Amino acid sequence: MARARAVLRSVLPFLVGLPILLAVQALSPPDYTLILVNVGVNVILAVSLNVVNGFTGQFSLGHAGFMAVGAYTAAKITLAFSGVQLAFLPEAVSDQLVFALALGASMLTAAAAGFLVGMPSLRLRGDYLAIVTLGFGEIIRSLIENMKFLGQATGLSGLPPYTNIAWVGVSAIATVVMARRLAVSTQGRALFAIREDEVAAEAMGVDTTGYKVRAFVISSAYAGLAGGLIAHAILLTTPRMFTFVRSIEVVVMVVLGGLGSITGSVVAAVVLTVALEGLREFQQYRMVAYAAGLIVLMLLRPQGIFGTRELWDLAPFRRLPRPRPFGGRASTGPEGASPTAVRDDSTHGGRP
Amino acid sequence: MTEFLQHLVNGLSLGTIYALIALGYTMVYGVLKLINFAHGDVYMVGAFAGYYLGSVTGTDRAPGMVGAALVTLGAMAICGALGYLIERFAYRPLRNRARLTALITAIGVSFLLEYGFQLSPMIRSPVEFPPGPSPRFFPALLELGEPLTFLGVTVPRIDLLGLAVALVLMTGLQLIVYRTRFGMAMRAASFDPQVAGLMGIPVNRIISWTFVLGSALAAAAGIINASSRPKIEPLFGLMSGLKAFVAAVLGGIGSVPGAMVGGLVLGLTEEYVAGYTSSQYRDAIAFTVLILVLLVRPEGLFGRATVEKV
Repeated sequence: MARARAVLRSVLPFLVGLPILLAVQALSPPDYTLILVNVGVNVILAVSLNVVNGFTGQFSLGHAGFMAVGAYTAAKITLAFSGVQLAFLPEAVSDQLVFALALGASMLTAAAAGFLVGMPSLRLRGDYLAIVTLGFGEIIRSLIENMKFLGQATGLSGLPPYTNIAWVGVSAIATVVMARRLAVSTQGRALFAIREDEVAAEAMGVDTTGYKVRAFVISSAYAGLAGGLIAHAILLTTPRMFTFVRSIEVVVMVVLGGLGSITGSVVAAVVLTVALEGLREFQQYRMVAYAAGLIVLMLLRPQGIFGTRELWDLAPFRRLPRPRPFGGRASTGPEGASPTAVRDDSTHGGRP
Repeated sequence: MTEFLQHLVNGLSLGTIYALIALGYTMVYGVLKLINFAHGDVYMVGAFAGYYLGSVTGTDRAPGMVGAALVTLGAMAICGALGYLIERFAYRPLRNRARLTALITAIGVSFLLEYGFQLSPMIRSPVEFPPGPSPRFFPALLELGEPLTFLGVTVPRIDLLGLAVALVLMTGLQLIVYRTRFGMAMRAASFDPQVAGLMGIPVNRIISWTFVLGSALAAAAGIINASSRPKIEPLFGLMSGLKAFVAAVLGGIGSVPGAMVGGLVLGLTEEYVAGYTSSQYRDAIAFTVLILVLLVRPEGLFGRATVEKV
């Protein structure tokens, strides 16, 4: 029963989301499609970065590098298959299949890159980790710039336009579901323990480096997915799309939404992307506003808009704690509180 | 052999710049345990301050020793003030918060300077400010004549002068840190700010002055660099700043002589590796060095390994 519910929780968002996405795709004017795709890609990036920066409390500044790995992998695969039709399948289906394959491969390669980067660097802490991940992001970029078969600085162009709202939407839902399921799992608890106090977590037997590397690999995989999607939306990948500035944009979204809050990341990604789209005329003030906003936010509300809480934890919507028989699974904590929040188990179940 | 020596000269010239910037990182890290991300941009502001002062004082049209000295000192003063303001309004309010908060703020300050300087000019006279995104050419502040040639190696005179100025500044800093009351207070604050405060050391003032000193050195580095490689643009501080940070880590962060040695070693490494392989890898080299240092000897060349107490 519990298992069935867990499966349902993972599947339901897709069942509800897919028809809506298809409807939006059919109805939305072409002008808005790219904006919506951008929103979705930024949601994927922000939520996946939140797994490292928010859940685990490790500060990564190299998200764009993994995005680049994913984008180039997917681009190479779809370019290789362009014009090739898979046996017995109509063209549209064959194309979608190739794209699914390409996205899967982009997640895998990005995850592998994440593993290679994470293994040595996650032994470091705090600001060192930030600089090293930044460094790795730049190294990935300069490797791409030097590789002939990746088009060097001009990049790869002429990609098939496979990305649509449904693909991006499903990927975004998958990312959010992944983050949510991770947060309520044993894995997630280990990550929060590391965030709250790494030394204490280690003393409690949490394999801190192992969990950190795993979180990093998961996060990189989804960054790769986002890279594959954006590459097939703007039909081009160049190293310049994946600079340090891109990583910072994602960091700003995560920090603004609240480190550790999934809904916070989603809201921040949507709001910032739409706002930037609206401010396109003031292009040159965009990054200045970003920077000033970041400083002001840190000075006034360093935990971000939502902190570690989720949207549904906010006062009027707060679910009441479910009554539970005495001696029940107290360690799972009150149902109403967010799994990402720091909780005080001394008052579980709403009773003193 | 000639190529080898030429790389040596270029590497030393580059390494001096890294060393001067790295000093600012290392001092700030020493007292605050904060990577002052904006430091590379203070270096950029230093170069632009020199550019503007040069055109205001007329040194760009009539180069001379007095003018060059005035421009350099002026730029150092401007950046010192900038460093003070950054510390006072961006970092000090966050001093007792989580360290990552300060790091994010530092990234914010860095981007504010970079992109603020890329805005199209709002003030037209006496100078165009902000400078906008297109590169500008730093005027020659001194007339030094032909570069020296020596065993077929070209040594620009400005590089020699830059090296001399850098050495003087570093010696001065070394004297300040190890031979004055201020330096002693700074070392005490870096050892343990709380206890230093209990001993009557005005920790806030010491930290402010540390930022002022570091920023002034960055300004000097900006001017020396711009005199020898005259293209300046608002984004050029970012990469140099990060590389200087690598130099500081390589030398042992918190150590003043370490920053100097680290800067020179990094400059030489970068020049040799880029010179003998591909110059496209230039930016990746510093980060590779950083990763190797952190894996093999995280305390750096001159640092002391710290034991983490729980």
